[in-house]
Amino acid sequence: MKGILRLAYKLLVNDTAKFSALLLGITFAVFLMMFITSMFSGVMNHASSTVINIGAPVWVMDPSVETISNSVGMPDYVLDAVRSMQGVKYAVPLYSGGALVKLGDGTWQSVTVVGLDDTSLYGRPELLEGKIEDIYAENGFIVVKDAEFSKLENPRIGSTFELNDNRGVIVGVARVATSGLYGIPTLYTTYERAIQYIPNPRFTISYVLVEPKSASDIPRIKQQVEALGYRARTKEEFMKKTEDFFIYKTGGGTNMMIMTFISFIVGLSISGQTFYTFILENLERFGALKAIGTKSRDLVRMILFQATFTALTGYGLGVGGCVLLIYLAKLRLPSYAAMVTFSNLAVSFAMVVMIAAGSSYAAVRRVLKIEPFEIFRG
Amino acid sequence: MPKTAIQATGLVKWFGDGEAKTMALRNVSLEAQFGEMVYIVGPSGSGKTTLLSVLTGILKPNAGKVLLEDVDIWSLNSDQLADFRLAKIGFVFQDYHLFPRLTTAENVAIPLVLRDKDWGGSIKEAEKYLEVVGLKSRAELYPVKLSGGEQQRVAIARAIVDQPDILIMDEPTASLDGDTGVAILSFVKKTSSIRIAAFWL
Repeated sequence: MKGILRLAYKLLVNDTAKFSALLLGITFAVFLMMFITSMFSGVMNHASSTVINIGAPVWVMDPSVETISNSVGMPDYVLDAVRSMQGVKYAVPLYSGGALVKLGDGTWQSVTVVGLDDTSLYGRPELLEGKIEDIYAENGFIVVKDAEFSKLENPRIGSTFELNDNRGVIVGVARVATSGLYGIPTLYTTYERAIQYIPNPRFTISYVLVEPKSASDIPRIKQQVEALGYRARTKEEFMKKTEDFFIYKTGGGTNMMIMTFISFIVGLSISGQTFYTFILENLERFGALKAIGTKSRDLVRMILFQATFTALTGYGLGVGGCVLLIYLAKLRLPSYAAMVTFSNLAVSFAMVVMIAAGSSYAAVRRVLKIEPFEIFRG
Repeated sequence: MPKTAIQATGLVKWFGDGEAKTMALRNVSLEAQFGEMVYIVGPSGSGKTTLLSVLTGILKPNAGKVLLEDVDIWSLNSDQLADFRLAKIGFVFQDYHLFPRLTTAENVAIPLVLRDKDWGGSIKEAEKYLEVVGLKSRAELYPVKLSGGEQQRVAIARAIVDQPDILIMDEPTASLDGDTGVAILSFVKKTSSIRIAAFWL
């Protein structure tokens, strides 16, 4: 480390009380910002769980669909039409809906039922127990082993339940990449069984899953689906659509932004005030350094180094604390809806840079204004 | 090296304008040679500090010229002036202005560090100068653990660690007891007899 920066470093860290207060302020702010945005990302991830777990690159749906869980049934001709479109390698139907199951002890439990295309089982989950072909067995269902699994009385292969007066048998236990948002268990079965067991309106296809011949065919497919009066969205677009719904139509996003902004203000207030006080206390010494022959830009470098060092250390501690808390929470609650994403890290980093810039701005102004002559005058 | 350390001619400096105008220096000229110790005495408000500030490139005069080692310091830009001060002048401030969060050795090493010398080497050099002022055993202590006289000696060590040609001391014994003041005076006299031109306010 260059001498002058080491001098700045020592001046900063040797003032243990102020350095601790500065670190605490920034760490706390970063922790809050990270945690709030991570929770939101986690919720968004869970809200799009079926989209993620099924993994189809293109989803065809009714134009009014805003999230995976509020699907609107489409007539069978949509599936046929999509299959005949240019650029489509293949297309399959998907059923996604809610139902109530009656458990062995007579209690009722809400579940999400996902009906996979009977021919291809496109989007099938990874099985932990059982064989996938058993899904074709009479009344066969596959249960997802996630945090909600116990709500179905920890079923095993052969466990039975009642679904809309139909018997259901667990033929497999699966795991998926992401659990659902609403805290209810998920059952997979075939498309035909799903629409047979669950009362439905006239149109039963929730989504048509499309595999394009190549990525360059997607715009053309979207155009053709649009002409049909429906919407084709890529996996990412569908997840974004879901995210937008929660951000703009539920107030969740606004709350998250307000909380993040408050965290930013808290961090800026604590660290700005502490850093400014730190500089004020050393102002005469900075003046002495100026008198001795330190250039103003070197003093600015010292202050910026101190602010940057504190900000980055606080950022690391805040991110670390947030990751640790989420990790501990997930040990206890595996489907805990929080996840650290690169976007969260970038947003928090940008805000911490602003906190450092805001804190050092006032300090730099003050140090640049001090006249060495004042030091001589005492 | 020129024999004349400082040559100032016709220095004029005032503060404020109109009725608030205060004349601090009125056509002041002086000359100091290397190895010479110059005492500037006068009542409070007579312009001693202003004169030193003008002589050392800290405060620009309204008129007049200052040659330090034949360099017209007020013709230099602010960066050149800062470099010049750092290379040629050592300062001892009345209130010492030691950094309380740096050890004694680190405080003394500051001028070397500011001249981009490496940290470890600067500390070793600082310890040598602490030995010169009789404080080597205090190198690791923080200034708050030192007496006023010791702090003043640390300030002197800081001022001479980079071997300046000119030493400026602003009332260096003002806050010391008589014996310590005499000891500091004797020490500086010994130092200035080498080749430094020292100003004592």
